[in-house]
Amino acid sequence: MTRRPPLALAVPAGLGVMFLALPLVGLVQRAPWAAVGHQLASHEVRQALRLSLVTSLAATALAVVLGVPLAWVLARVSFRGRALVRALALLPIVLPPVVGGVALLLAFGRRGLLGGWLAALGVRLPFTTAGAVVAETFVAMPFVVLATEAGLRSLDPRYEEAAATLGARPWSVFRRVTLPLLAPSLGAGAALCWARALGEFGATITFAGNLPGRTQTMPLAVYVALESQPDGAIALSLLLVAVSVVVLVLLRRRLFPA
Amino acid sequence: MSARRAIAAAVAALAALVPACGGRSAHAVTVFGAASLTGVLPELRQEFLRGRAGERITLDLAGTPQLVAQIEAGAPADVVATADEASLAELRARRLLDGPPVVFARNRLAIAVRPGNPRHIRDLADLAQSGLVVVFADARVPAGKYAAAALGRAHVSVHPASLEQDVKAVVAKVVLGEADAGIVYVTDVRAAGGKVGGVAIAASDNVVAGYRIAAITARGRAFRDFVLSPDGQRVLRRAGFLSP
Repeated sequence: MTRRPPLALAVPAGLGVMFLALPLVGLVQRAPWAAVGHQLASHEVRQALRLSLVTSLAATALAVVLGVPLAWVLARVSFRGRALVRALALLPIVLPPVVGGVALLLAFGRRGLLGGWLAALGVRLPFTTAGAVVAETFVAMPFVVLATEAGLRSLDPRYEEAAATLGARPWSVFRRVTLPLLAPSLGAGAALCWARALGEFGATITFAGNLPGRTQTMPLAVYVALESQPDGAIALSLLLVAVSVVVLVLLRRRLFPA
Repeated sequence: MSARRAIAAAVAALAALVPACGGRSAHAVTVFGAASLTGVLPELRQEFLRGRAGERITLDLAGTPQLVAQIEAGAPADVVATADEASLAELRARRLLDGPPVVFARNRLAIAVRPGNPRHIRDLADLAQSGLVVVFADARVPAGKYAAAALGRAHVSVHPASLEQDVKAVVAKVVLGEADAGIVYVTDVRAAGGKVGGVAIAASDNVVAGYRIAAITARGRAFRDFVLSPDGQRVLRRAGFLSP
């Protein structure tokens, strides 16, 4: 490791740190510390908090159920169009979330591609809590796919081969050998997915709308409160920052192996 | 792409963006306008710029509280136009305006419905029927406040499916067919062309919104004066706004 970085790198690196840190400093120094507890205890905030926990956990579960098999197929099966499917699985990371929300409306909305079928089943997604879960899943699932596929690729294939040689069927191998070995990667992917789902704004407000108690999650509440109750918005923001920091601290070994 | 090349490309892209952010010329004016002026402000700009070669107007259209918060935080606006009185009164009290706000147009509410009005909505009371998906603007934007006031006058209680962030988002939900009805301004129905139908609200229940405009800098005065001039007023009438 170099001890003294060249100035040409040290200066922009320092600027980069300041650029990332200053908004957080701003948030912390403007925070109404004495009133944070009071702000977070208000009915509206607790309602948004509860809704955010429910929707982000449901979105993470859904993303794992769909994303892990998808990652397995991408890592273990070679088929035509695999690169395309992988790009599709990662697209929501780079897609503006509002665009994702509009696309979801055009697919699952009342007049969307599947709108008629969903209506026949009695399912309505826009303006419902289920819709908020769908929006969060769409945006956050790539993290599960990404982390799980990377984990699968770094697994020593001999464990799976040995199990198969001993007569285990493929599903058995997956469940009893692959999945346990995969747990750390899957855990990291799920945690990132959850953090992203918790912070989701654009796709949610576009697809699920904004109604306290039903679709107004924490980021929407922050946005709505920003002008009318800035102190409440800052208190909520601090909470979201704290959650993000906790997730990163818990994942530091996974993300940056020493 | 290697990580190093990716970083180099990112730095180059940032560097290219920087000049675009700085250096506003003396002839560039930024107008902050309420969402319900989305259709008419570009027309006002076009009319204003006729015969003023070299001048430029940038429009920033958003929900009124967002505009106010941005101006209070020091956003570089030269003119601001909102659909209410309170927002500009607040900016005036904070000495952020160049001269008093002036009423430049009025507007009324209407019910936006699907084209052809398939749910046969005739008045505000019909919005309370069950199974109808109705959206309003959130009560923190003027359109939401007016909608709540109109429903109050009509003694109707409606459970909205969503409280949208501005009136254009309400229109969008009806255009997309996700909502059966929404409460918007008369001018929004008109601006949507045939994509939504409009149902009038009884005058006894309706609310008159007074639109106000104010210059924030001396540079913004010319555009404010134009909006108040007969030429500017003609554009507003054509879009369905009522005289001040």
